[in-house]
Amino acid sequence: MEMVGDLLEEEVKELRESYRSRRTKSEVWRKSQLKGLLSLLNDKEEEIFKALFQDLGKHQVEAYRDEVGILIKSVNFALQNLKQWMTTKKVPVPNLIYPSTAEIVPEPLGLVLIFSSWNFPIGLSLEPLIGAVAAGNVVVLKPSELAPSCSALLAKLVPLYLDSKAVKVVQGGEVVAERLLEKKWDKIFFTGSPRVGRIVMTAAAKHLTPVTLELGGKCPAVVDYFENSREKKIALKRLVSGKYSPCSGQACVGVDYILVDENFAPALIELIKATTKRMFGENPKETHSSSRIINKQHFLRLKSLLDDPKVKASIVHGGSTDEDNLFIEPTILLNPPLKAHIMNEEIFGPLLPVITLKKIEDSIEFINSRPKPLALYVFTKNETLKRRMISETSSGSLTFNDTIIQYLCDTIPFGGVGQSGFGNYHGKFSFDTFSHNKPIMRTGFLTDFWFRYPPWNDYKLGILRSAFTYNYLRFVLLLLGLKKA
Amino acid sequence: MASSRRRSATVSMETTSLIEERMMEKEKRVFDIDSAASLVKDLRGSFYTGKTKSYEWRVTQLKSVIKMMEEKEKEILEALQKDLSKPELEAFISEIAMTKSAAKVALKGLKNWMKPEKAGASITTFPSTAEIVSEPLGVILIISAWNYPVLLSLDPVIGAIAAGNAVVLKPSEVAPATSSLLARVVEEYLDSSAIRVIEGSVSETSALLEQKWDKILYTGNGRVGRIVMAAAAKHLTPVILELGGKSPVLVDSNINLEVAARRIVAGKWGANNGQACIAPDYIITTKAYAPELVEALKCILEEFFGKEPLESKELSCIVNSNHFTRLAKLVDDDKVSGKIVLGGQRNEKRLQIAPTILLDVPQDSQIMMDEIFGPLLPIITVDQIEDGFDIIRSRSKPLAAYLFTNNKKLEREFVSSISSGGMLINDTVLHLANPNLPFGGVGDSGMGCYHGKFSFDAFSHKKAVLHRGFGGESSARYPPFTPKKQKILKALLNGDIFGVILALLGW
Repeated sequence: MEMVGDLLEEEVKELRESYRSRRTKSEVWRKSQLKGLLSLLNDKEEEIFKALFQDLGKHQVEAYRDEVGILIKSVNFALQNLKQWMTTKKVPVPNLIYPSTAEIVPEPLGLVLIFSSWNFPIGLSLEPLIGAVAAGNVVVLKPSELAPSCSALLAKLVPLYLDSKAVKVVQGGEVVAERLLEKKWDKIFFTGSPRVGRIVMTAAAKHLTPVTLELGGKCPAVVDYFENSREKKIALKRLVSGKYSPCSGQACVGVDYILVDENFAPALIELIKATTKRMFGENPKETHSSSRIINKQHFLRLKSLLDDPKVKASIVHGGSTDEDNLFIEPTILLNPPLKAHIMNEEIFGPLLPVITLKKIEDSIEFINSRPKPLALYVFTKNETLKRRMISETSSGSLTFNDTIIQYLCDTIPFGGVGQSGFGNYHGKFSFDTFSHNKPIMRTGFLTDFWFRYPPWNDYKLGILRSAFTYNYLRFVLLLLGLKKA
Repeated sequence: MASSRRRSATVSMETTSLIEERMMEKEKRVFDIDSAASLVKDLRGSFYTGKTKSYEWRVTQLKSVIKMMEEKEKEILEALQKDLSKPELEAFISEIAMTKSAAKVALKGLKNWMKPEKAGASITTFPSTAEIVSEPLGVILIISAWNYPVLLSLDPVIGAIAAGNAVVLKPSEVAPATSSLLARVVEEYLDSSAIRVIEGSVSETSALLEQKWDKILYTGNGRVGRIVMAAAAKHLTPVILELGGKSPVLVDSNINLEVAARRIVAGKWGANNGQACIAPDYIITTKAYAPELVEALKCILEEFFGKEPLESKELSCIVNSNHFTRLAKLVDDDKVSGKIVLGGQRNEKRLQIAPTILLDVPQDSQIMMDEIFGPLLPIITVDQIEDGFDIIRSRSKPLAAYLFTNNKKLEREFVSSISSGGMLINDTVLHLANPNLPFGGVGDSGMGCYHGKFSFDAFSHKKAVLHRGFGGESSARYPPFTPKKQKILKALLNGDIFGVILALLGW
């Protein structure tokens, strides 16, 4: 255990030296790291697919769609915009302050620690890394030990394609994580569960290290009635794939449960069943269209959600599980009891509760009585409902008529609120998350306002009063002695 | 006999009710975890009614803050005089005027700030429109400090209100007159169903920190900052920590020394007699230039505060005997006591310490380790001015860093190689008066920032809202998966329209 500590100390020392040398601040270095990531993703695509298949049984198209492809898009976006992100921003100076200029300069924070999770082990490792290097920091990435092939692959490839003295991958589990958290970082970026998020933030508090926590929650999908059958079909595809497709429901932005009008519910369930069959086949296990459950512990956790007899009784489709293959069939439940575990913890698996309401607008109160989710999905064409959803609910993000896709958009922030986390990233938000925006003000020696300084008297007070109330006329009159204070 | 029994019965009834009354009062006075929990519950209830979200409510509150500052100006200045002996003009500018200004800036910008921000279109999510909607976080806790007890309480409250939240303010007990004044006037002027002041010290603050808040803003020192963040961690509450540090002043030669000295003196001793988080803490200058600098500072100090600074009414006192003792110890330390070149006078009874300059203090002396937060100004001398950079960089990142120079190269190097919360070239302290600049620390000097629109942002959640249409649907997203789908996805994710067409055509 001490060896782990010593080894880490050496790595961190090397990182500090690299940072002190100031080479990571240059645009050239940052671009080279981003290009390195691009090459890694393009050259080693096959190996990445293989590792994801080994760890999660992910089909390579799913792996491309959810991890590799998104990363390539993000790296390109960062490369295109880096120069602009790095520029100093001039800022207006209010008239009160005499000749001066003000600007905001983004600078790196220094040593960054990134913890990623197991469900998108490549994506959630490298996406924050893009932001950290774009902002000029040195980085330690600790991938999740629950996805060991991906973790090992990252440990092998990152030093080959990136500056190995400035960007390091440290493998390991809880012990290594604890050792890492003992050190003083300039920023910690954590993706994972609220439970571990608390541990990370508590450790960060000892060093006054700022953190970004990307957590999860129960992401509801509110499904309103659709007239147009083409749109209904598309909505269903988006809904169903938003639940079962990304990593078999083991996704922080995946649909957790559905809220629907009780009159529409039976039809909706039939549509979900049909769409699910089309997407995953009659025998989902055989088609490899969905990932495995990550490990036995999570498998048993999901299985136990169904053990509650009242929950079991609410299953209307699926429900079969295969422990040897860590496979759970896409499952639909109709109105499981709201007090059951399945309706109180993040499911993170292919079990889909459908909760019926008297009318669709009741979903607002339902959502508000629960912790704020990372994502809220609303399928509707009703503009009034849309407006109410935006203004009366709170969530990390809100997407109308689709699922998951907000994750791809570089121009909006991705992050949680309340129990789903704080801080955000993606696009420029990634750059900002790993930067300190330093304000700089410059004044000259030419003018100096004597009334700023003691000794004080009523005259000076009068001048300052008018200055602060932007009463320029009085200010000038006082200065010129044409008015009494 | 009967009447005396009746009398004693009446007397004992009166005594009982008096005792009950006193017990109830005592209960009222004790603010414990249950009181804190019920306070938060109340405020959440108010928040959920939606009233704090409306533009009208926010404007009314902000206008009331301004009214409060104007109508209670005299009482505020009196309280500040009582707590800190703050000179009236200094108090007026730094607390009343700045607070009013913050409220005015918020009023002016609020409508725009509240508008959703359109986000650029993204090819990968075509067709869609995206916007970023600012929404209040909920219930905010603000813990303020004693040195600018009005500004550091109300400035964050202004931000929280502007963003549509409910707020609890815990002013510092180290400035008790101001704390109780704030409790009184806030109740009088602001909507007490959503904005409350809780007075108290460690136990009340602890009770508050046990609760779940939607955001906490703490102004103070690093030790308590750690406690606040650790408490926040239990509830995954985001925090802004406005801490301090040793703000260095690097003084080059070939400058307008008189103006520079004036600005240094004003920034140090004109700011609560050095008890300010962004006051210049220590100076670094060359061995050659130091004597001139010291002379210039001496002249200005005499000009501002007279020959007998302890008699001057222009200097704040030290806030209490704890801090007085702390500062006295720093100066009496063997390593530095012989280095005083000006000042050193003090009056323990009146809690006064004169502006004191120390020259060539050793870098490992206590006065160079802790944030001074008082009227002592150590000067470190170096051979070359550039050597100063290493000294600054070897310490934790300060809240502010100042440079006096006419050398553009030195200026560029300073800006690019030193990290601090904020920086000011050729002046001190003023950057906090520009509402367009974020005010906050980095590293040990804090995290997060506020002022102007940054205050609004600090207390808002930026919610991404994506509106998707039903056109441009590609089945490549969905299982069952095929190699063709992978090609399409590749092109789609790269915004490569041509590639999409080719893939669709089966290439």
